[in-house]
Amino acid sequence: MDLFEYQGKQYFSRFGIAVSPGDIADTVDEAVAVAERVGYPVVIKAQVKVGGRGKAGGVKLANNVDEVRLHAGNILGLDIKGHVVRRVWVERSSDITKEYYASFTLDRPNKSHLGMLSAQGGVEIEVVAEENPDAISFLSIDPVRGLDLATARKWVDEAQLDEVAQEQAAELLVKLYECYTKGDCDLAEINPLILTPDNKVHALDAKVTLDENASFRHPEWEEFRATETEDPREKMAKEKGLNYIGLDGTVGIIANGAGLAMSTLDVVNQVGGTAANFLDIGGGANADVMASALEVINADPKVKAIFVNIFGGITRVDEVAKGVLEALKRVSISSPIVLRLDGTNAVEGRAILAPHVSDTLITEPTMLDAARRAVELANS
Amino acid sequence: MAIFVDENTKVIVQGLTGGQGRFHGLRNRDYGTKIVGGVTPGKGGEDVEGIPIFNSVKEAVAATGATASFIVVPPKFAPGAIIEAAEGGITFIVCITEGIPAHDEAITYNRLVEEFPHVRLLGPNCPGIISPGKCNIGITAGDIALPGGPVGIVSRSGTLTYQALHELSQQGIGQTTCVGIGGDPVPGTNFIDCLAAFEADPETKAVMMIGEIGGSEEERAAEWIKANMTKPVVSYIAGVTAPAGRKMGHAGAIISGSKGTAQAKMDALAAAGVHVCLNPTEAGEKMVEIVRGL
Repeated sequence: MDLFEYQGKQYFSRFGIAVSPGDIADTVDEAVAVAERVGYPVVIKAQVKVGGRGKAGGVKLANNVDEVRLHAGNILGLDIKGHVVRRVWVERSSDITKEYYASFTLDRPNKSHLGMLSAQGGVEIEVVAEENPDAISFLSIDPVRGLDLATARKWVDEAQLDEVAQEQAAELLVKLYECYTKGDCDLAEINPLILTPDNKVHALDAKVTLDENASFRHPEWEEFRATETEDPREKMAKEKGLNYIGLDGTVGIIANGAGLAMSTLDVVNQVGGTAANFLDIGGGANADVMASALEVINADPKVKAIFVNIFGGITRVDEVAKGVLEALKRVSISSPIVLRLDGTNAVEGRAILAPHVSDTLITEPTMLDAARRAVELANS
Repeated sequence: MAIFVDENTKVIVQGLTGGQGRFHGLRNRDYGTKIVGGVTPGKGGEDVEGIPIFNSVKEAVAATGATASFIVVPPKFAPGAIIEAAEGGITFIVCITEGIPAHDEAITYNRLVEEFPHVRLLGPNCPGIISPGKCNIGITAGDIALPGGPVGIVSRSGTLTYQALHELSQQGIGQTTCVGIGGDPVPGTNFIDCLAAFEADPETKAVMMIGEIGGSEEERAAEWIKANMTKPVVSYIAGVTAPAGRKMGHAGAIISGSKGTAQAKMDALAAAGVHVCLNPTEAGEKMVEIVRGL
């Protein structure tokens, strides 16, 4: 789960990481109230989960109440790459002497944590990595041992952070690592991490991605979940407990297993079609699950054909076939359905479906044949 | 020969008294796997259809001589169960648990490497391992596998593994061992571990490798294959059309920026001399062709 900048800053604060004083605002009047409270000049920042908001006019400096009204009015409702701004973060503007970069993430190949620190922050780190890789200091951290202050002190020196910033930066990095590990983040990134003229180091931005597998020990994440702006199709799927991702194509996909679902998308694409979604119904493809899946797909107006791709392992295909028929009694589906059922008891399963086969309920023996048929129907 | 597990492997099930543990544990026993005990703290002395339950792994190992453990416990308890298995003397651990926090996985993996270097962990979040006709630990439907080799299978995905087994079995081509390494960010056993074991196994003549988007394990496997593998490898990578930034079901299946794409993986494998196929059916057909030509 990606957090908004303001949520990331609030999360940082819990671990003692310094951020600029500020607050959220959903209206121009609220923005004014925050600005009056924290003191001018203020920066008004669009809260969207997409990069490039500065260039899109989503970050503005305001020196007085009129400027706050003007900019907050323009930013609220602004469309940034398809994300409409509903909320802004208003914070006290900081004078900047230097901009750094700091982040922690999992280094999958090395099964350790990776810290990245650079004295050249404020720009995209990918650009720095490409143009001047020596400007980034990488630190591999053993997850069992963690990061101590002595190591952090050496690290800030290696990264050539300004001397006046080093001790504060080292302390902040230890806190950021704690936020990353104890806070169960997949990513904790500060860009820029700034040094001010009065020699203070603090986080001017926050990018945090939380590991949803750790939700069970973070009841406080509930408030972050409440602000997730979801695709209405995904919201409906989640309510029904389905693993669904909305896409833009015309072939609705239902498969069992994440790998098979991904593979189904690929095959549809290979035969000239486009998938409307990713949907993994998992192991138990019973009537309830199948009915829910068909309902979610049916609610997507772009869908012109539905491809149900099931490989029976422990869940036998005859049970799946019965589930499909039962589901079709419960929900009325407007698009034709192409079924590919294979695996354990496939012959029995196909026999159960045979009397019900029609122009709108079609069976095909292989994944490739079924994909072709579904794409043909979607394109006709 | 099979890799990692065979007809002599004695297995305990951690979580045998739970719904999932009982279901899969008994299925594994019905397949012929030597399931010699179960572990549930506080239930020592009981039994599940004749399989004795012990309070700890240590007790179970002492009483049964088990060397392998099948872990079927919720995510909260799985890291502790893995360490308990290693401390109790188990050398091969299969953990099917899905949903373990990434930080817990990273700590558990590194503790195993440092404190128990002789222990192999398969998973977490994997379908398990089957050496057809000999041993089945996990959730694979045993009847879709065919004993006798000569193909070894290693896969990151569950249902695609079944698909691969099925495609080969239907054509009368058997498997030595089929290993599901799982779809999490920090797998205990990786592609290279399995490829190396298959390369060393005289009965395995060819290997099917099924990958997916995310991470760089396939690229690393490609490098290893290029330098070390003498047996033919057929691969299929799922997720060519997956969008960046979205987890496609598995916690590890995510394209971040330009990293982890299916295309990059396929290019690396093709450059290493692997037969790269575009869908599971094509991969099955290619393997049939290779085995018939052996």
